[in-house]
Amino acid sequence: MFEAVAFYLFAFLTITMFYITVTTAQALYALSALAAGMIFISAFFFILGADFLGAVQIIVYTGAVMALYAFGMMFFDTTREVKEKNGNKYIVVGLSVLAAVMIVAIFSAPIISTNMQAFYPMIEGAGNTQMVGMVLFTKYLVPFEVAAIMLLVAMVAGIVLAGKKMDLSLTLLNAEEIQEIEDEKNKKVLS
Amino acid sequence: MMEIGLNHYLVLSTILFAIGLIGVMRRKNLLMLFFATEILLNAVNVGFAAISHYYGDLTGQMFAFFVIAIAASELAVGLGLLIVWHKRHGTIDLDTMSSMRG
Repeated sequence: MFEAVAFYLFAFLTITMFYITVTTAQALYALSALAAGMIFISAFFFILGADFLGAVQIIVYTGAVMALYAFGMMFFDTTREVKEKNGNKYIVVGLSVLAAVMIVAIFSAPIISTNMQAFYPMIEGAGNTQMVGMVLFTKYLVPFEVAAIMLLVAMVAGIVLAGKKMDLSLTLLNAEEIQEIEDEKNKKVLS
Repeated sequence: MMEIGLNHYLVLSTILFAIGLIGVMRRKNLLMLFFATEILLNAVNVGFAAISHYYGDLTGQMFAFFVIAIAASELAVGLGLLIVWHKRHGTIDLDTMSSMRG
């Protein structure tokens, strides 16, 4: 009973938030609606008994990803309205729904066709976090390490790409030095 | 109606994925396109967690973890590239990126 109430409530909230994210013309509204949607998604993980996944969802998405978006948006001009592609609405909606149904069919085809057996079944008498640790650090150790290296590469790439000339602070320079930088920029544009 | 089964979660996952795809198709601003991509990844994660729960299998949760890790790294690289593009061209509209040579 309570599960059903929680499911329908959070389903409604998540769909509303994500709908706002894809339709609003304001970047800041989209960002905050997306953050709220991520929190509501974690509620499904808690309902499904995947406690660790829910905690990771909140920490990574609303803690790290949203903060990164918020910092990134400081670089962009987000106050002006976002222009949209004005194509045929029915084609867009139709294609999207078709593709989503196809994805779910791909997922559920093996479930319907054969009686699926658990590859790494739930371990008796262990909490969710303990189970996740047992499977992650034995069967999935190599993918885990590869993911760690991938995150390191992504971090280095982010610093290299975004951190160019970040040591240069306009407020600490005097007028002549700022003028020099401006001249150099103009020269580049003209040439 | 009151018993929540696997199908409920799969339908929800479908709806969220469709919303994300609509966002991908109609957005011109690259930052908004990234938001739509996050929605896609989250929709798939809900499906993974539901299948993991209803079949007593931990593999779905494992894949959800790796999806989250990939989403985080994709975002770091993508946002870095976006900042570089915005510094050069002053815009992040998708239509301005028709040529490969910056």
